Amino acid sequence: MPGAIHAEGLVKTFGDVTALDGVDLDVPEGTVLGLLGPNGAGKTTAVRVLTTLLRPDSGTATVAGVDVLKHPNEVRRSIGLSGQFAAVDEYLTGRENLQMVGQLYQMRSGAAKARAGELLERFHLADAADRPARTYSGGMRRRLDLAAALVVSPPVMFMDEPTTGLDPRNRQALWDVIKELVSGGTTLLLTTQYLEEADHLAHDIAVVDHGKVIARGTSDQLKARTGGERVEVVVHERDAIAPARGILARYGPGGRGLDDVSVEDHTRKLTVPVTGGAKLLAEVIRDLDAVGIEIDDIGLRRPTLDDVFISLTGHAAERARDEENGTGRPPGKDRTNRKEPAA
Amino acid sequence: MTSLTDRAPRVPAARGGIAQSFADSLVVTKRNLIRMSRIPEMILFGLIQPVMFVILFTYVFGGSMQIGNSTDPDVYKNFLMAGIFAQTVTFATAGAGAGIADDMHKGLIDRFRSLPMSRGAVLTGRTMADLVQTAVTLLVLAVVALIIGWRPGYAAPTNAGKIMLGFALLLLLGYAFTWIGALIGLSVRTPEAATSGGLIWLFPVTFISNAFVDSSKLPGWLQPVAEWNPFSATVQACRKLFGDPGLSPSDAWPMTYPVWASLIYSILIVVVFRTLSVRKYRRADG
Repeated sequence: MPGAIHAEGLVKTFGDVTALDGVDLDVPEGTVLGLLGPNGAGKTTAVRVLTTLLRPDSGTATVAGVDVLKHPNEVRRSIGLSGQFAAVDEYLTGRENLQMVGQLYQMRSGAAKARAGELLERFHLADAADRPARTYSGGMRRRLDLAAALVVSPPVMFMDEPTTGLDPRNRQALWDVIKELVSGGTTLLLTTQYLEEADHLAHDIAVVDHGKVIARGTSDQLKARTGGERVEVVVHERDAIAPARGILARYGPGGRGLDDVSVEDHTRKLTVPVTGGAKLLAEVIRDLDAVGIEIDDIGLRRPTLDDVFISLTGHAAERARDEENGTGRPPGKDRTNRKEPAA
Repeated sequence: MTSLTDRAPRVPAARGGIAQSFADSLVVTKRNLIRMSRIPEMILFGLIQPVMFVILFTYVFGGSMQIGNSTDPDVYKNFLMAGIFAQTVTFATAGAGAGIADDMHKGLIDRFRSLPMSRGAVLTGRTMADLVQTAVTLLVLAVVALIIGWRPGYAAPTNAGKIMLGFALLLLLGYAFTWIGALIGLSVRTPEAATSGGLIWLFPVTFISNAFVDSSKLPGWLQPVAEWNPFSATVQACRKLFGDPGLSPSDAWPMTYPVWASLIYSILIVVVFRTLSVRKYRRADG
């Protein structure tokens, strides 16, 4: 049975830029899919297609069991959308914004008013409820935007980079809301360029690059693809690199092979994949100490999704962004250039 | 656990059809009226411009204009008002275009387009709000006109009903022109382009007409253009209804039956430009 969000073979081009190049997605009901990728990877385009804002050149999609292309208005009744740009009217107050959205969901004006009040309380906007939204801080606008997406309780939510540009406190608060939604049974598709965020919130992760899903799985599965744990050692002196390498090689998968140990000369850092966890770390320290090698730093590193991304794409998420723009400014951030493919 | 999902209302059944379209349009109209009330300088400039035109035309051109056989500035003043009223309502076009272009480039449009609302409501709501603003402007302008000496019934008898009908035709013309503005706003890339693009064509439309001069004194080849100009039809209709001097003596159909011509032109413009605009809005890929 297809999931609450299901897409097959989505293709979308803007001029000669291919934003989506055959994307397949499936999000089972009540789960969170994290769409992870750098800016320009096609994440936003995928969200825009699934939320009926954009027609794909080819491919099919259903949301909550309804065909997105054939019955867009039916789909709109089942979804909530919260984007990286606060989609609120800046001259309306927070309360007026939420009431308007409620009424456009066809709620009666009294019901819309009551719901607006509830959400303003819940999102700590009650004090600012009757001020125009343009006087809000970035975090407050984002909270208002999310509240607007939750005016009805949509079974399927789309959040496009919900925490981009938020400070840590606001980000944490938003994560709490997301967890609460999901525990209430909401299906969520979340795009992010923060690997930590996908790791933290998503049941499944699809890694997107250049309009294609290049890997998918749980966070653990993806990490396993890049190998397990590694011991990382930084020696104090350059001369100690060679003997340290010999010692570390004993712990590597080959037992003796020096090739298992990667060396970064200029930082005097040695890395070896290991199995055995923290106990092993103590042995490594003892062995190095026994031959008098002084170390600046040692640690057991588990692979992060950053490592996953680099091993899958050959470049880091951040670097990909800079390469694509030249300026390092993410495309799609500028609302006056909306015709360009957004990230 | 919380109000986020447990107590949240479910989406009510869609009402569908014209009832929903109308209700959604009213919600968006209200939104735009609130916005306008919070940017009062926009309303102020919208008022200053036509008042300025009335005063400039009356006192600068008034003494040099010949209407029919008369060079009396008083005749010109009474002749001019219908033209200025009509010009004022058509200038609402630029505001509508800029407003819609601005909306289309803001995140809010994604919210609207992802809601189960009527597709035409964003545009209809905007044009209806503009209509309210135009009505306010027109009211102020009419008061100014009366103060400086406009006298309905100056050349022919009139009554309250006819005067109301004249203003109704003016508002309908203004409403029709905001749909042209809507299409311009949807077709350009920036609100600035919509403002200038929305204004430029209004100058030939309002000047190649009977609004400010006696159209029978235009060069021969320009006369039919002026006489068949939809804008001229409304001006002529207003002069007729208000009992103002200087009716075009032309026997072109829109000049002979100006009330009907004005009505038909305006409705035609609404139908054509609303259809084109809503289609363009639906297809906008943002």
